[in-house]
Amino acid sequence: MQEENKRFVERDRNWHPPAYAPGYKTSVARSPQQALVSMQKPTVSELSGPDFRHLRMGPHDNDLLLNFTQGQGLPQGERIIMFGRVVDQFGKPVPHTLVEMWQANAGGRYRHKNDRYLAPLDPHFGGVGRTLTDEQGWYRFRTIKPGPYPWPNDMNSWRPSHIHVSVMGPSISTRLITQMYFEGDPLIPLCPIVNTIKDRDAVETMIGRLDMARSTPMDCLAYRFDLVVRGELQTFFENQ
Amino acid sequence: MNQPNSRPTSELMLRETASQTAGPYVHIGLALAAAGNPTRDEEIWNEMARDGAEGERIEVVGTVIDGNGDLVRDAFIEAWQADAKGEYQREFDLKKPFNSFGRTATTFDHGSEWSLKTIKPGPVAHASGQPQAPHINLAIFARGVNIHLQTRLYFEDEAEANGKCPVLTRIESPTRRQTLIARREEIDGKVRYRLDIRLQGEGETVFFDF
Repeated sequence: MQEENKRFVERDRNWHPPAYAPGYKTSVARSPQQALVSMQKPTVSELSGPDFRHLRMGPHDNDLLLNFTQGQGLPQGERIIMFGRVVDQFGKPVPHTLVEMWQANAGGRYRHKNDRYLAPLDPHFGGVGRTLTDEQGWYRFRTIKPGPYPWPNDMNSWRPSHIHVSVMGPSISTRLITQMYFEGDPLIPLCPIVNTIKDRDAVETMIGRLDMARSTPMDCLAYRFDLVVRGELQTFFENQ
Repeated sequence: MNQPNSRPTSELMLRETASQTAGPYVHIGLALAAAGNPTRDEEIWNEMARDGAEGERIEVVGTVIDGNGDLVRDAFIEAWQADAKGEYQREFDLKKPFNSFGRTATTFDHGSEWSLKTIKPGPVAHASGQPQAPHINLAIFARGVNIHLQTRLYFEDEAEANGKCPVLTRIESPTRRQTLIARREEIDGKVRYRLDIRLQGEGETVFFDF
């Protein structure tokens, strides 16, 4: 079985946020107190994962300007292209992998029954997208830039504008959910969720960059957001 | 333009993109029906087995409980399991009667239980030669969970296989191994296994790093 010869670069759990990060209050009661049990030899169960090339997608699944009302009307807000490349830690493109995203509307309101923020819903915006990376690992979405929104953490906490991003990669070992923030947003350094991460360079991996070259003149701006998933290795000299 | 992810922090490797919590509204993105939103033609959801799937049809259910003993009502869970023969079906295709991958969630409805309609997986090979006991890999995402938690579900009626499973027996504390074992129930002749996932404190579920 091919997975038997495979492994993935170990996750640096000091680079990622810790489970317990008391500045983000919800993590206090939702973080394990026991140590993680490390599998020295992950099995085929961990080294394999789903391939979504046969998932039938709709024509506008990656176009949030059209996919809620099928173009009956356009959403309010800054029209943007969000795009990037999924590569592994060795820089190898990750082709045909599922990238999903969800977000609030231009006013910071989510289309979810529990979101009772007083900014209104946009009748032409749902806020969900999905796509597969191409042969070279590239993906793209078209959407509107989400607004910041307040949330009950500190007395006056506001999330920076962000888009939630989910990527599968070649196995369940590479599975990752993160958030893309926007270059230059002054709310980023104030955010308790961003600040669950200690290393400033790690925060930088989550910031989408304005890319004028990929913008469409008189139409929409573009932000580039590359995703790096764990590097895949072949194992040599095992078992003997 | 400086693309930080393209800049190696060592000469040898890029750094992995950092994780963030899935947040309170993960359902609008990854569990559309559970959010009460319109769904697309094809969704990745919790019906892993359909008519014609080979193997024993089961339902797997549970709750997610926080460190105060309260229900977590906004969790999102992904499952990865072998088919009845112990093989992973990597190609996700809703035209097939069984898919190895599924998703479920807890919400403020339905008693805040998650549920997977699946088949009981067969034993999966292990490099040691000793087969692994039947199991389902689960990944838990939620508000307050900064990086997803990885665990496994085993079956109470596979005691012999569980006792020899090279992964389960890697857990030093036998008491803690019990936190991964789903209890069998029969409801109207249908087999159901229940596993409550405790994020913290007494009876805390074992979570893996791999």
